This record gives sequence, structure tokens and C-alpha cells, in this order.
Amino acid sequence: MKALTFKLVSEPPERLDLSPLTPERLAGKARGDMEKIPVGMSRRGSLVGDLFRVTGSDPSNIVFEGGSGRFDRIAEGMQDGSIRVLGSGGAQAGRAMRGGALKIEGDAGPHAASCMRGGRIEINGNVGDRLGAPLAGELAGMNGGIVIVRGRAGAFAADRMRRGLIAVLKGTGDHAGSRMIAGTLVVTGGTGEMPGYLMRRGSILLDRAPEKLSPSFVECGAPESVFATVIDRYLVREKILKHPLLGGSPQRYGGDNAVLGLGEILFPQ
Amino acid sequence: MPKLKRTLLVNGVKIDDTFAEAFGMRATALLITGPNRKWARQAAISMTGYATSVIGCGCEAAIDVDVPPSATPDGRPGCRVMVFAVSTDELAKQVLNRVGQCVLTSPGSACFADLAGVAELKLGASLRYFGDGWQISKKFGGRHFWRVPVMDGEFLCEATAGLTKDAVGGGNMLLLAANNANALAAAEVAAAAIGKVRGAITPFPGGVVRSGSKVGSKYKGMTASTNDAFSPTLRGVTKSELGPGDNAVLEIVIDGETSDAVAEAMRAGIRAVTELGPEKGASRISAGNYGGKLGKFHYHLKDLLP
Repeated sequence: MKALTFKLVSEPPERLDLSPLTPERLAGKARGDMEKIPVGMSRRGSLVGDLFRVTGSDPSNIVFEGGSGRFDRIAEGMQDGSIRVLGSGGAQAGRAMRGGALKIEGDAGPHAASCMRGGRIEINGNVGDRLGAPLAGELAGMNGGIVIVRGRAGAFAADRMRRGLIAVLKGTGDHAGSRMIAGTLVVTGGTGEMPGYLMRRGSILLDRAPEKLSPSFVECGAPESVFATVIDRYLVREKILKHPLLGGSPQRYGGDNAVLGLGEILFPQ
Repeated sequence: MPKLKRTLLVNGVKIDDTFAEAFGMRATALLITGPNRKWARQAAISMTGYATSVIGCGCEAAIDVDVPPSATPDGRPGCRVMVFAVSTDELAKQVLNRVGQCVLTSPGSACFADLAGVAELKLGASLRYFGDGWQISKKFGGRHFWRVPVMDGEFLCEATAGLTKDAVGGGNMLLLAANNANALAAAEVAAAAIGKVRGAITPFPGGVVRSGSKVGSKYKGMTASTNDAFSPTLRGVTKSELGPGDNAVLEIVIDGETSDAVAEAMRAGIRAVTELGPEKGASRISAGNYGGKLGKFHYHLKDLLP
């Protein structure tokens, strides 16, 4: 079967909620019914058929030909299958995903992978603030799965992250890994101010020493770490990184001692 | 003189028309790594010590194969060890105690699961408490690790290890020779050959047993006692299985991840002994069984000839 393809006909006149266009929510639907799904978020209330030309028939393999910063909530709650965006996405891409794979060829907006629980998200461009973070009022952020951002992430990446792995390859804004509960954040390309700000547990793995670290982190030396070797090999094997990040004896800082203090920041010596 | 069951001759070595009788067991496999080969082996040897027989040790364990750095998760030298027990509960207890006392304590060690089984045994999931609250859980690549802080850094341990219920324990071969030196030479080549078979271990010292046993005893409370039928000094006073020239017998006991692994190991052992020949090694190969009524797995020697 050919991939179910939504070809963007023209730039959306309003923000779109694309959460209904996931494999499980489209399974068994006829093309005519798909075109009648409302996705517009303003009073205009655009339907799928107003904006996209729908082709193909395999709902487990969805492709958006053309993207937009107005494509919000792509793959929200997806449990299985794959979604590929040949362009950029908007806010909350992959939010609350439980499984499957989301690939965005361009950029994504804020709150990408927010509260994700499983699956894999790959974003070739940059993402906005609060990657993997909870929305206002939610207690925890990302809770499982893998997110790979091949560009740069904004501020507060991995905020309140609880489980899973986020890798950002061209640096982050300020406060990366803020308030982390657990999980692993990998950053190459540098971090902004105070990575790990108020983190309780979890690991932040960097390719270089952070420029401005909170004074409530303490140096723990550079003992040999089998974990560093194992995760280095994993990141290379999964083609997330081309070269090992940490080496066998990374420098370790523990913190944030302003809170629980069981987190860590590792970087090569 | 009892009637002997010699029907085949391979390179001058007589092969009895009999079979080894083995039993279903629970087993797991772990990959223990260390900073170098010496310390990987040291951890593995300590962990598999005093684990020759479930009769007195609670489990049977040994190093299965050495694993090169290129095939371990952390790129360091490793040893695959296997542990066998008669019940899941006993296996869980033995594995936990042994990893906790012998691998966690060994310098630079790490411990990984190395068998995908039908159930999971707790490993790092229990040992993590040694970290006293400083332990760190890490999940990636479909695996769950615990990092326990220790005095030389961290002990990395997989949270659980797979358990198989398809394991077989008690595969065996008896090597009969004219003297002790020949019996030992035959046993050594057999154990070395079996050591190369992945998924099969020989848990006794050096892979060799000199005190083969039979079920039961004249003494109350003894579940096993000397195998008088193959003890040369008892020839003439018991129903002996030995011929006039058989003055020393050594046994190889084999546990396998699967029945096929046991068969493959026995085949490798028989090949090695027959290649050595009767002049330097064993003049006859037999096997231990209980009449076929106790063990589910039977390995007929005639089916395992080279």
C-alpha cells in the first residue's frame, strides 16, 4: 500500500490542530471522511480537504508533503506507525506520543515531544523552547522514548523530564535540563546559562564543559565510568552521534544541590 | 564378570551402547566484563565457585565462553557465565547472592544479562539497594541498567537477567582408562573441547568429576553416594560395569542452555576422546543413567559419534 499522503495545497490561513491525523485515528476511514475532518483552530474552521490533497491508502504510514509553522500537535498521542513531515511543524509536535516514529525534515515549534511516553521523534532542524517539557499545570514532562534534534533547541529543553532520552546536536538555549526528575539529555554544540538548573535526578551529557554552571553543582572528579562507555556506544550505534561523546572517564558534576542533588552533568575531560 | 555393553569401536576406543540421562533445569546467562581479561575472569571464577552440583551447592555454574572486547556492550574483555538450578526461586537466590558477593565486589567489573528468556530474574533491580539511595537507573536501547556507586567508581549492572526453562542438566560421559594418567588426559581434552561449545558448561573442577554418584545410599539422609559400579576398587564386590583393564574412571558432567547444546557438547567431547585414542587416553566411553525413568532427556552415545 502507498503511504497516506497529505499534500499541502496552500499555506494554512490559521493555526491547525493536526492531532486527528494519526495512524490509529485514521484507520478504517474513507478518503472522503478524512477530507471532512476539521483541523482549523480559528472561527474559519478549515477542513482537511480545504488544505490538503489526500492520496495513498496506508494510514500506518502518513506523509505530510509540505510543512508549516502552523502545523500544531502533529502526531499527538500516536501509538504506532509512522508520520513524516516534508517541511516544518508547529507547536507540540509529537506531544504525548506513546509509540511509532515521527520525523520532521524541517524545524518544529515549542513544546515538541511534550509529555511523550514512547516512540521516536527525529527533527532535522531546530526546535523551540521547552522541548519535552510539560504544559502549564502538568507535573512531569517527557516520560519515555527517544527524541533526536539535529539542529538547535530553545530554552528549557528537557524541563521536568522524567524518563527517556533527548539528544540535541547543535546546542541548546538556557536552562537545559531544568527541573529534571530523571532521564538523559545529550547536548552537543554547547548549552546556555545554567544547564541542569534545579534538576533533582537525571543525566545531562555534554560534549564540552558548560560555560555557566549553577554554583549549587559540585565537582565529583572523573572516575572511570562503564556507563559512559556503554551509552557512548549506544549513541553511535543508533546513529545519533558520529563519534563517542564522553570517553571512559568523563568529568562529573553532581547537583542541583539547591534541590535533591542526585542529578549529574558529564562531559569529556 | 558382568556382561559389558560394548558394541562400537572408534579409533580403538570402545563406545558403550548406552545413554546419558539428563533433567530439565532453570538457567540464566550473564556477561561479566572487567578492565582486562584477568579481572573479568577473576570475577567470573569467583562467581561460579562452589557451584559444582545442585546436590550440595544449590546451583551449577561455570564460565561458558570468553567474550572478546568487540562483542561486549562496554568494549572490554568479558566472560559469559551460566548458572543452573532446579527451581526459579533457587536460581534467583543463587544469582543474586553470587553477583552481589563476587561480581559487585570485583574491581572494575560490570554485569550484563546475556540470555533472552521467558521470564526475568532480578539482578541490578535488587543489588541497587547497595547504593544506599545514590544508585541511578538508566534505560536506553531497550535495556535497563542500574549504576551503583562503589569505591572505584560505579558498578554497572543490568536490572534483570533472562531465565530459560529449556535448560538441561546432567548430560554426562564416563571415560574409562587403564590408569589415572590416561583417564585424566582424556578428560582434559574432552573438557577443553566442550569449553568451545557455546551454551554448554562443565561445572565440576576443571570440568572433570572423579566422584561420580548414584542415587541414594545405605545411610539415611544421604541422597547420593559413590557410583560403585564404576569404582575400580569395588570390582568384584559390587555389580561392576568395569572390565579387567579399567583401573580409573573420570566423568564429564554437562549442563546446557538447550538440549541441543548438551548433545553438541557431548559430541565434541566424544570426538576429542576418540581422537586422542586408547594409548594416551580412555579405552572406553560410557554414560550414566537411571534406566531412563527419571530424566526426560536421553543422549545415546551411538548417536553422537564423530
